[in-house]
Amino acid sequence: MKIGLDVGSTTLKCVVYDGDEPVFKRYERHYSQIAEKASAMLRLIGEQLPGLRRAGLCVSGSAGMGLAEDLGIPFVQEVYATRTAVVKYMPGADVVIELGGEDAKILFLSGSMEVRMNGSCAGGTGAFIDQMATLLDITPGELDEIAGKAERTYSIASRCGVFAKSDIQALLNQGAQKDDIAASILTAVVNQTVAGLAQGREIEGNIVYLGGPLTFLPQLRKAFDEILGVRGICPEDSLYYVAAGAALSDDSEEFDLAEITGRIGNYSSSHSYQSSEALFADEDEYKEFVERHKKDSVPTDGKLSEDGTAYVGIDAGSTTVKAVAINSAGDIVCSRYLPNNGNPVPLVRDFLRDLYRDFPDIHIKGAASTGYGEEMIKNAFGLDLGVVETIAHFTAAKKFQPEVDFIIDIGGQDIKCFRIKDGVIDNIFLNEACSSGCGSFLQTFAGALGYEMNDFAREGLFAGSPVDLGSRCTVFMNSSVKQAQKDGATLGNISAGLSMSVVKNALYKVIRVTDAKSLGRHIVVQGGTFLNDAVLRAFEREIGQGVTRPSVAGLMGAFGAALYALERSKGESSILSPNELESFGHEVKAVTCSGCQNHCRLTVNTFANGARYIAGNRCDKPLQKHSPTAKYNLYDYKKQLLAGYGPAKGGRGTIAIPMGLNMFELYPFWHTFFTKLNFGVIASPQSDRQLYFRGQHTIPSDTVCYPAKLMHGHIEALMDMKPDAIFYPCMSYNVDEHKGDNHYNCPVVAYYPEVLDANVTALEDHRFIYDYVGLHRPKDFPKKMTAILAKYFPPIPEREVKEAAAAAYGEYERYMSRIREKGREYLSYARENNLPVVILSGRPYHLDPEINHGIDKLICECGAVLVTEDSVSDQVEKFPTTVLNQWTYHSRLYAAARFVAESKDPRVNLVQMVSFGCGVDAITGDEVRSILEEGGRIYTQIKIDEITNLGAVRIRLRSLFAALGLGE
Amino acid sequence: MTENTGRVEFTREMKKDYTIITPNMAPIHFELIKDVLISFGYKIDLLTTTGREIVDEGLKYVHNDTCYPALLSIGQMMHALHSGRYDLHKVALVMTQTGGGCRASNYIHLLRKALKKDGLEYIPVISLNLSGLESNSGFKITLPLLRRAIAALTYGDLLMLLKNQVKPYELNYGESDRLVSEWIKKLTELFEENKAFTQREVRAYFDRITESFANIKVERTEKTRVGVVGEIYVKYSALANNGLEDFLFNQGCEVMVPGIVGFMIFKVDNRLEDIELYGGSSAKKQLCTMLKWYFTKFERDLIESVKKYPQFIAPSPYSHLKELAGQVIGYGCKMGEGWLLTAEMMELIESGFENVVCTQPFGCLPNHIVGKGMIRKVKKVYPKANIVPIDYDPSATRVNQENRIKLMLAVANT
Repeated sequence: MKIGLDVGSTTLKCVVYDGDEPVFKRYERHYSQIAEKASAMLRLIGEQLPGLRRAGLCVSGSAGMGLAEDLGIPFVQEVYATRTAVVKYMPGADVVIELGGEDAKILFLSGSMEVRMNGSCAGGTGAFIDQMATLLDITPGELDEIAGKAERTYSIASRCGVFAKSDIQALLNQGAQKDDIAASILTAVVNQTVAGLAQGREIEGNIVYLGGPLTFLPQLRKAFDEILGVRGICPEDSLYYVAAGAALSDDSEEFDLAEITGRIGNYSSSHSYQSSEALFADEDEYKEFVERHKKDSVPTDGKLSEDGTAYVGIDAGSTTVKAVAINSAGDIVCSRYLPNNGNPVPLVRDFLRDLYRDFPDIHIKGAASTGYGEEMIKNAFGLDLGVVETIAHFTAAKKFQPEVDFIIDIGGQDIKCFRIKDGVIDNIFLNEACSSGCGSFLQTFAGALGYEMNDFAREGLFAGSPVDLGSRCTVFMNSSVKQAQKDGATLGNISAGLSMSVVKNALYKVIRVTDAKSLGRHIVVQGGTFLNDAVLRAFEREIGQGVTRPSVAGLMGAFGAALYALERSKGESSILSPNELESFGHEVKAVTCSGCQNHCRLTVNTFANGARYIAGNRCDKPLQKHSPTAKYNLYDYKKQLLAGYGPAKGGRGTIAIPMGLNMFELYPFWHTFFTKLNFGVIASPQSDRQLYFRGQHTIPSDTVCYPAKLMHGHIEALMDMKPDAIFYPCMSYNVDEHKGDNHYNCPVVAYYPEVLDANVTALEDHRFIYDYVGLHRPKDFPKKMTAILAKYFPPIPEREVKEAAAAAYGEYERYMSRIREKGREYLSYARENNLPVVILSGRPYHLDPEINHGIDKLICECGAVLVTEDSVSDQVEKFPTTVLNQWTYHSRLYAAARFVAESKDPRVNLVQMVSFGCGVDAITGDEVRSILEEGGRIYTQIKIDEITNLGAVRIRLRSLFAALGLGE
Repeated sequence: MTENTGRVEFTREMKKDYTIITPNMAPIHFELIKDVLISFGYKIDLLTTTGREIVDEGLKYVHNDTCYPALLSIGQMMHALHSGRYDLHKVALVMTQTGGGCRASNYIHLLRKALKKDGLEYIPVISLNLSGLESNSGFKITLPLLRRAIAALTYGDLLMLLKNQVKPYELNYGESDRLVSEWIKKLTELFEENKAFTQREVRAYFDRITESFANIKVERTEKTRVGVVGEIYVKYSALANNGLEDFLFNQGCEVMVPGIVGFMIFKVDNRLEDIELYGGSSAKKQLCTMLKWYFTKFERDLIESVKKYPQFIAPSPYSHLKELAGQVIGYGCKMGEGWLLTAEMMELIESGFENVVCTQPFGCLPNHIVGKGMIRKVKKVYPKANIVPIDYDPSATRVNQENRIKLMLAVANT
C-alpha cells in the first residue's frame, strides 16, 4: 500500500494505492490545521482499511513541506507529482494547466519538458476567485453559474486581488451586470495564467485541466478553451493528481501507520512567532480609553425642527452606503450604514422611503452626495449637489474638532488623509494601488476565519502577545497569518496583530511618515474601520498621542455632505418627492460608444423620471457636454504632430517601427532619417487591449511595466505588415538635454529590443534590426549607423547617411520645439483666462491612450488646461537634486516640478503618472514630491496599469482642485 | 558630478576617530576588504545584523517600491544607528555606487534622504565608487589601497569558490568553513604587514590556499550541481536571499556562485565597449585597457591555481564569458549586471551546473532583460538548462521561494 498526501495551501487531498489501484480518496479543507487534519486523515485510512499496518508514505504540496521535512517523511514537489500522475493516466497529454489555492502551474510535457509556476503573486488562482466571489456576495460556484449567462466581458486586472477589487467595485458602481463581471473575472484569471506562464511557448495539443478551480468551475474551463483556441479535458479525479503522483513516487518510504499518525498528530511546529506589546494591559486601561472617547459623541436621534426642515447627505462609498438626515441645527435625526452589495441605488431608495415614512412632515431643503457613486446617486434621486469626498470629510471633522489639522479616514478600500493648514486642505494622501491598510483587509481575514469584522477585532483587545505581522500586501499577509497560526498564535493574537498592521500600512505605506509622532496636534480619525477599538488603540499607540474619534466615525462622509448641503441650501431641494419615489425605476443597459475609435463600453443607467447616468466613458463625448479647456490638451497636440509623420514609400525597402516606449519621442527622428535615405517607413497601429492580448504569450517577465508589455503586441502587428525590416534599436543613452548628471534611458527602455528578439519566436523569420545606437553622439552617429545598415542592406555611402542624420536631428529639434512653443501658448492662454493648469508629467510613451486611459481628457473635463513635462522642462535652469539625476526623461520631471515650485502660481500644478512596476519612479516620485513640497505645492501621483479605474483618478483630481479652491 | 548642496564630507580629521559603518554585501569578500581598510588606518564596523527589524527599518525609511538591496542595506544601517551602540557624532556610513543606468547608482542618495528624515543629516556618507562620482578628503581610494582591495576581492573569490566545491563532500563537517576563517585571519595579518598583494605574492598565496583546500579529506558522492546568478547583492547576501547557499547545501547540492572579479572587469570593459559602439576619447580608452589588463592578470592567476587540481572546477576567464554572451545578447547591454549575468548562466551550464537559480529583487529592471528575458535563448543553446528565476522582496515568503527551488531540483533529479 502506498499513501500520497497532498497538502495544498487550502485543502488536503489523499490517495491510497494498493498496487496500481487506488483504494481510498479524500478531499477536504484544512483551515491551516495541517497536522491535526493530516493525522485525522491517516487515522481514517486505518479505520477504512483495517489490517493495514505499514504503508509507503510521501507528502507533496506547498503547505506540507515544513511538516515533511521536520518529521523526515519523503517530500515530492507538487508539479513533479502531477507529472508522474499525468504520465500514468493521460499519456497523450501535451500541456497540463493546474490551478490551485494560491498556485498556478503550466507543464509542457511533449517536446522539451518545461514546468512553470507563478512567482510571488497569487493573482489568477483559486484564492483570487474566492476573494472576488466574496466581493460579489456569492459563492465561487454561483459565480461560475452566472458567468455562463454573461453577454460581454470587461477588462479586470487579475495580477493582484487588490487591483481587481477596485476594478470590480468601479464596474459595480457604474451599474455593470453581475453576470458580466463574473465572466470578466474568469477571463482575467485565464489571461493572467497565459501572460504569466506561457512565456513565449504556445499552449497547444492535448490540454489537461487539473486542480480545484478548474474542476469545480466549468465556465473557467470554457474561458481557457476560448482564449487558447483549444478543447481541454478535465479528467476524472482531477483533484487527486498531485496526491496520486506522491503515492506513486519512487521516493515514497514505508512507515508504521499508527506510529506516523501519532507523530504527525503530536507535531507542532517548533517555531515561535515574533510578538509585540498587548493593546491593553488590563480592563482598567481599556475603561479609561473608552471613557476618553465617549466625549466625542453626538446624538443620532435628534428631533426635526418645527417646520420640518432637513438636509440629506449620502455617501456612496466603495463598499458601503452611508446616509444621513440632519435638522437645521446640524443634528443627526436619521442615519444608515449598509454594505452596498454592488448596487447602491435600491439602498438609497429604501432610505429615502423610510425617511418620508418616519417623518411625514419632513421638508428637505438640500441634499448632496459624495463618494464613488456620487454622480449616479445625484442623477438618480435628483439631489442638488455633489461634493468631493475630501471636502465632505473635512466639513464633518470640523464639527467635532474645530482646530483639526490632520484627518485620516480608513474606509473599506481606501485611505484618505489630509493635512489642514490655515483652515484649508493643504496636502492629500490617498492610497494608490494598495488596499492593505484598509478595512476590507481586516474584513477579508475575519471572514476567512468565520467571524464578523467587529467581533473579530474585539477578540484582539486583550490578547497578550499580538503577532508582529509588519506591513505588507494583503495577498502575502495570507501566508504570514498562516505561518503565525502554524507557530501557535491564537485567534486573539492574530486579530490584534492584524489591527496593528492595518495602522502600520496606513502610516508607513500610504502616508509614508517617518516620524509618526509629527502628524499633527489635533487629529481626527474616521471611517468605519476606526470604530474598532483595537484599530483605534493601535493607531494612538503608533503615533504616541490621543486622537478624536467621532462616535459617528463611519458616517462622516454622509454627515459632511449633509452639512455641506445645509451650508449651500437655496431653500428648496430638487430631491425626489415621496410620490416620485414610489414610481422610481432603474434600468441598466450596456452599449458601445461610437463617438471615436476608443469604442468605450458604456453602461447607461436610466431612471423612471427620465434622468440618465452614463458610466464607462473615457471622454465627454457620450455625455454631450463640452469642457471649455478640451481644446487645450497638449496630449492631443502631440498625437496630432506624430500623426503627421505618415506612412512613406521608398526604393530601398520598407522599415517598420513599433510605436511604443521611446519611439513616441524618436519617431520624428527615425521617420526623417529613413525617408531621407529613400526607405519606406511604416509604424505599428495604435495600441489597444486586443493588440496587447496578441503579444501577451511572449512576455517573459510578468512584473515588467505595461508600456513594455505592449511592445510584444506591436511587434506581432508589424510582422503582419510584411516589411523588409523591423527597426527598434537598443539605446543605453538618450539624447543629452544637459539637465542632469547623465542622460541614460531606464534599463527597460534601453534594452527591451533584446527581450523581444529573445522571446518572440516569429521574429526569427523577419529581419529585426535592434543594434545598439547612440544618438547622444551626433558626430559619431553617421559612421556607426552606416556600419549597422550595411549589415542588413546593400552598402549606403556614409555621406548619404550623414545628410539623413543631419535632417533627422533637425526634425527632432523642430518636433520638440513645436511642443515647447505650444506649451507656452497654452500657459499664457490659461494665465489670461484665469484657468487652472495641470502639467501632466510622465514619459513620452504615456501619450499612448491605452497606457494613460484617457486621464488627459479627464483633466481637461475638470476644466484645466493640460501641458506636458517636456513642454516646460527647458524653461528651468539646471539645478542640484538630492538624487543622482541621470536619466533624460526623468530630468524633465524634476525640471517640471521645479517649474511649478518656482511659478508661485497656485493655478499651475503637476500631476505625475507612474506606470505600475516602474522601479525608477520609486526614486523620481519621491524627488518630485520633495521639490514640489519645498515650494509649498501639492504632489499628486496617479499609478496606472493595464487597467482603468478612472473613478479613483477623478476623485483624486477633484480633491486636488478642491484643495486649491479651484474647479468646484 | 552630483555635488548636491550641503553634502557632508568625510574629512581628514574624521578619519582619526570616526567609525565607518559598512553594510555587508558579500560575507567573505567584505570581511577581507574591511581588513584592508583597517590596515590603512580606518576604523571599520562591518554589519552582520539580521532579522525582521532590518526590513522594517528599511520599509520605514525607503520608498517601498525601491529595490530590495537598497531597502536592506539602508535598513541595516539605520538599524545600527538606532541600536545605541555608536556615538552618532563619531560615525560615518559607506555605500557603493556604480554610476550605471540602473537604480543602484542612487542608493547613496536614498541613504542620505533616510538620514535627513531622521534628523541625522550630519552623518557623512562615503561613496565607494570607481567613477569619480563624489570625493572625500578623508577617504581616498589611492592606488596602494586599490591594489590591496583588488587582491582582497580575488582572494574572496577563490575562498568562496573552493569552499563551495569542498564543503558538500568533506568528511569532517565544518572543515572548509574553518579553513576559510583561518585564511581570512592569516590574510589580515599579512595585509597589516604590507604583504600578500603584489601579483607575485598573490600568485603564491593562491597556490597555498588551493593546496590547503585540496588537502581536506573528502568523499565524492553524487550531488546536484546548482549555480547561482543574479543581482549582485541578492546573489551574495544571505540576508537578502534567505540563506540560499545554506538551503541548497542542506538539500544536498553543490553550489557554484560566480565571483566578483569578473564583474569588476565587466564594469571596466563596458567603457571600452561604449567607445566601440558609440565612439569616444582614446585617452579614456587607454586607461580602461590598462585597468582591464591589471584585473585580468589576477583572474588568470586564480584560474591557473585552481586548474592545478583536477578535482576542482576552475571558472572560465572573462574573455570566454564574453564570447558566450555574444551568442545571445549585445555587448551594449550593460546596466546592472548586464550581459554578464546571461553569460554566467551559460558558463555555469557549460561547466556542468545545468541547474541555475537566477536571483533578483522584485521589480529589478535590468533583470527583466538579462535574467528572465534571456532564459529562452539560453535554453535554445543549452536544451538541458534548468533555470528558475526567484524574486526577493520584503513581502515574498520563504516557503514560496523554497518551493519553487525544490521544483527546479525535482526537475534536476529526473
